[in-house]
Amino acid sequence: MEEKVPLFGKTLSELQELVAGYGLPKFTAKQITDWLYKKEVKSIDEMTNLSKKARELLNANHTFGLTEYVDVKESSDGTRKYLFPTAHGKFIETAMIPFKDRKTICVSSQVGCKMGCLFCMTAKQGFQGQLTAGEIVNQIRNLPERESITNIVYMGMGEPFDNLDEVLKSVEVLTSEWGFAMSPRRITVSSIGIIPAMIRFMEECEAHLAISLHTPFHEERQKLMPVQIAYPVEQVVEQLKTYDFSGQRRVSFEYIVFGGLNDTPAHVKALANMLRGLKCRVNLIRFHPVPGTPLHGTDEETLQQFKDSLNSKGILTTIRASRGLDIDAACGLLSTKALLNKSAPS
Amino acid sequence: MENKIRLDLSPKLNSFPEFMNTQTPELLEVKLTRHEEISPGVYVIGFRRRHDFSPGQAVKLGIDKKHPPRIYSICSGNQDDELCVLFNIKDDGFLTPRLAALTIGDTVYASPPYGTFLGTEEPAWWIATGTGIAPFRAMLRSGMGRSKILVHGVRRLNQFYFSNELAEGLGDNYHRCCSAERMDGVHPGRVTAFLEKRDDFSKDWKYYICGQAQMAVETRDLLIEKGIPFENIVTEIYF
Repeated sequence: MEEKVPLFGKTLSELQELVAGYGLPKFTAKQITDWLYKKEVKSIDEMTNLSKKARELLNANHTFGLTEYVDVKESSDGTRKYLFPTAHGKFIETAMIPFKDRKTICVSSQVGCKMGCLFCMTAKQGFQGQLTAGEIVNQIRNLPERESITNIVYMGMGEPFDNLDEVLKSVEVLTSEWGFAMSPRRITVSSIGIIPAMIRFMEECEAHLAISLHTPFHEERQKLMPVQIAYPVEQVVEQLKTYDFSGQRRVSFEYIVFGGLNDTPAHVKALANMLRGLKCRVNLIRFHPVPGTPLHGTDEETLQQFKDSLNSKGILTTIRASRGLDIDAACGLLSTKALLNKSAPS
Repeated sequence: MENKIRLDLSPKLNSFPEFMNTQTPELLEVKLTRHEEISPGVYVIGFRRRHDFSPGQAVKLGIDKKHPPRIYSICSGNQDDELCVLFNIKDDGFLTPRLAALTIGDTVYASPPYGTFLGTEEPAWWIATGTGIAPFRAMLRSGMGRSKILVHGVRRLNQFYFSNELAEGLGDNYHRCCSAERMDGVHPGRVTAFLEKRDDFSKDWKYYICGQAQMAVETRDLLIEKGIPFENIVTEIYF
């Protein structure tokens, strides 16, 4: 029997195509997006302004497409980590990070990751599959905190630009008037810098961009991040300099600070040189050790000096607060490797 | 105990070799001079070499200028007349089925060679899975086979591409691992299982890893666990 296709996550144009295929009126697509993205219903039967025939057709071939989380862990700082099953029997993690008056959701875009960064726990589980746009948006739609979310960051499991079609669709669902109608300025997509995908993202999406930089030196980055061999960060930055960031759209650079490795004055100088002329921000991140890596975090004094040195060179630099460390929800720690041999309900 | 890292990389942003194209390489029209299915669903295709390159580098290949090109490691030597790449057909891929359907004389679009997964004369372990053997074959054909130990891991026995040539060039330093089939002279199991049992890793040697992500990450972790400094490990992942 053919698998039923979830409706949740479909864009308006996809739904228009779908209803046209069923011989239903075009306006049915807009009615469906209202039920999917604006109302608190969870089944096709509850789409009561659709004709009976429309509901029967949809029920025969589709599911609504929402998936509840199956586990949640809460940190002493209020951060929560949710575990969601995927359609193909795997699991993903989503973090909800409260900080002052903000609530940020950190969503996953893939099950595992192919990029192999030395400092990342997700890399250690390898790659098990792409998430659909529906599975990405579901991580937001199905959280208890949904109504109070202020920001969404694509910084969970996976490399968003390695799943760009679905990531772009998910942002479209989140930001369109027919969808969740969020401002794209509340969304940041983070990537290690896959240049062709980045160019497409910049052209087709208005969300903020964050690039994982971690060192300005080619050979050093090559050791930390194998992607450097294919897409050197120097080229990523040069490409970014061709875009206009003088408006509201932001580009930022993530920089995990490793003790004795990338926290020297030479790094400050090279980083400042590299980013000169680009309106951007650098976010310094404390390293959260993962098993099997030879890396360790820098001390607080060096971290502060590093920040001050960059700021004094005109590079707006902040230190990101570590959150959710005690439940492995902090940056670079998300992983469902331990669950790979367990079956998620599908 | 804290493991303090000191890298002596003398890094400079302008430290690329002269031939390293630091800009997005332009695609040039070339005509195929080689198109060979060397194993079911696995192809070597090539065209006349126009550029010098360093073994280990890659080219971008596309079937036109409209669709995005993909990156393929060069598998030919730097003195060969042809520049060749190795690929397998990805069932859900756009490009590889189309490349496989081409014939000699057809046009493809190729970038100049680029990339920094560079072979050297230094003693090294070359560790590959599947088509990740390509850059090491390029290195061997370019005369870099001295003091090298090659480990190639595959799932099926017919995936030991270029095995005759590699065996001839490397002799006892060529190790094959097969996870799903058995044969005399081939180590049963995955590359990581083979490496796990070895205790002859020199901390001063370089370790080049090429192939799919899971193997690359596991191999890198295993080598680090065995005391290899991570600055001596270079990883090329086929994304």
